[in-house]
Amino acid sequence: MITLLDARNVTKRFGGLTALSDVSLTIRKGEVYGLIGPNGAGKTTFFNVLTGAYVPDGGELVFNGTELPSGKPDQVVSAGIARTFQNIRLFREMTALENVMAGHHIRSRANPLSILLQTRKAKEEERLITERAFELLRYVGIERFADTVSKNLSYGDQRRLEIARALATEPQLLALDEPAAGMNATETARLRELVQTIRHDGVTVLLIEHDVKLVMGLCDRLAVLDFGRKIAEDVPAVVQKNDAVISAYLGGHGTAGAAA
Amino acid sequence: MNELALAIPWLGKRHPAGARWVVVAIALAAPLIAILFGKTWVRILDFAMLYVMLAIGLNLVVGFAGLLDLGYIAFYAVGAYTFAFLASPHFDIHLPFWVVLPLGAGFAALAGIILGLPTLRLRGDYLAIVTLGFGEIVRIFMNNLNHPVNITNGPQGINMIDPLVLFGWDISKPVKIGEDITINSLFLYYYVFLAFVVLSVILVQRLQISRVGRAWAAIRDDELAAKAIGINTRNMKLLAFSLGATFGGVAGGLFAAFQGFVSPESFSLMESIAVLTMIVFGGMGNLAGVIVGALALTALPEVLRHVAVPVQQAVFDRVILDPEVLRMLLLSLAMILMMLLRPSGMIPAYSRYSRPELVVGKAAGEVSK
Repeated sequence: MITLLDARNVTKRFGGLTALSDVSLTIRKGEVYGLIGPNGAGKTTFFNVLTGAYVPDGGELVFNGTELPSGKPDQVVSAGIARTFQNIRLFREMTALENVMAGHHIRSRANPLSILLQTRKAKEEERLITERAFELLRYVGIERFADTVSKNLSYGDQRRLEIARALATEPQLLALDEPAAGMNATETARLRELVQTIRHDGVTVLLIEHDVKLVMGLCDRLAVLDFGRKIAEDVPAVVQKNDAVISAYLGGHGTAGAAA
Repeated sequence: MNELALAIPWLGKRHPAGARWVVVAIALAAPLIAILFGKTWVRILDFAMLYVMLAIGLNLVVGFAGLLDLGYIAFYAVGAYTFAFLASPHFDIHLPFWVVLPLGAGFAALAGIILGLPTLRLRGDYLAIVTLGFGEIVRIFMNNLNHPVNITNGPQGINMIDPLVLFGWDISKPVKIGEDITINSLFLYYYVFLAFVVLSVILVQRLQISRVGRAWAAIRDDELAAKAIGINTRNMKLLAFSLGATFGGVAGGLFAAFQGFVSPESFSLMESIAVLTMIVFGGMGNLAGVIVGALALTALPEVLRHVAVPVQQAVFDRVILDPEVLRMLLLSLAMILMMLLRPSGMIPAYSRYSRPELVVGKAAGEVSK
């Protein structure tokens, strides 16, 4: 198995709070990797460090053998990592199609001059982007809403659109931040199918999720974070039986109540 | 133009092709109709065209990229003063307009980048304040750079600016056809300005439906998400500032040539706000709306000036409300009413950033709404 992402001792502090402390994990090419943990465990912080939104205070992230630039989101995307957001962030005033087309930005070349002159190359590229965007909408199953302004889409479709937009950047690693949050059972089942299709088509998936059933069923391996530390990393069946994980989720730190 | 045609009530939706010809006909015949009411109205039309250009340029910054710019008139000033410096007896330089106009546009673009660089991290109100300051700084420079070395001639402004000369043809002189027909230069200016407006519309539309236009709209809608899909927000914002400024610079150069005179008072904060009002009034982000807004708000005060005075004289035998006061009053009233009744402008259409019809079998309208 080839390692795609190698996070080494990643540390991030906010003032006195250490949100991530020496977190190391490796994601292999072609797998669905889960990142779980109770609220405030540092999952989203890890995401933000990974995608260049935060600059880490220590450690490094090696992607495909080269170190990722920190604090440069556009370079991270161009290296091949795309993300979605926990609270959906679409371009509200643009149609579904245009959202996906915007996602192609980094993989397209046309400069302002060639656009103003409408060179043949620029026109051809625009047509290709449009075509590819339609394909991606079909891929996630919302092609019929191509012309709908994204803020008018249903919640589940907005999530799908966000995934399509992320895929438009042609990533090798797709990082999904709680994609099933707020979804009903049917929508979750469809999402699960989509993630499996994406993996099957060769994109590695990093999944942050609260829905334990979804994570256990979907992920090849997963890591558990608690208070900014990695407390376990293994296949779901093993992690499930890990004492530290059980106590983290059920509050077994001795003092905390056991309400789950 | 299609958007403009569609906006025509009744006809637009039913006969889009016919409506398009109506737009063309109105654009071409406008000065001929205006002359029936007197020469001043043709002059107003000429100015309206300049305002349309300004509104198109500012819309690119505010409407597309979502960067609130309250000092836009500064770029108009840069364009106008560049023209004045390089084509007037002031420095005794008389370069042809096709050299001066691009230079003015270039300087304006540069000014756009100078304004853009320090304001990249600012958004909304904060950006508005800085751009407002920038506009004022430029005006104050123009006002005071006559001492110790006289560059701008201060508040007196620069006079006797060369008119537009196209291919050796001075369009500020009336054209005589035969013995009795003369075409006033105001007409010629109108058609020249119209050509510039049409060109601007074409160029802006091309930008809008392109990766650049989508990147701007993305930054406007959600800057964080725009970064997360790999858009270099810094470069795209600078591009918006400089391209927007370019239109202002060109309009400024045309203004200088048309007016033959520039002075700092033409570039006050009120002018920036007036252009912004046109955009908001017509429908931000949407080209047709912006054009209609600019035309309406250029015409409105003039109509008032020509109607309010005679009406007041007829009714009260004297002028009670100065038209200038009335103008501000009614403009504010119009804005308040617009905000209450049609908050997204007179032509509140969603802007297009793509052409689905580029893909075979995906003709517009075929995809379910």
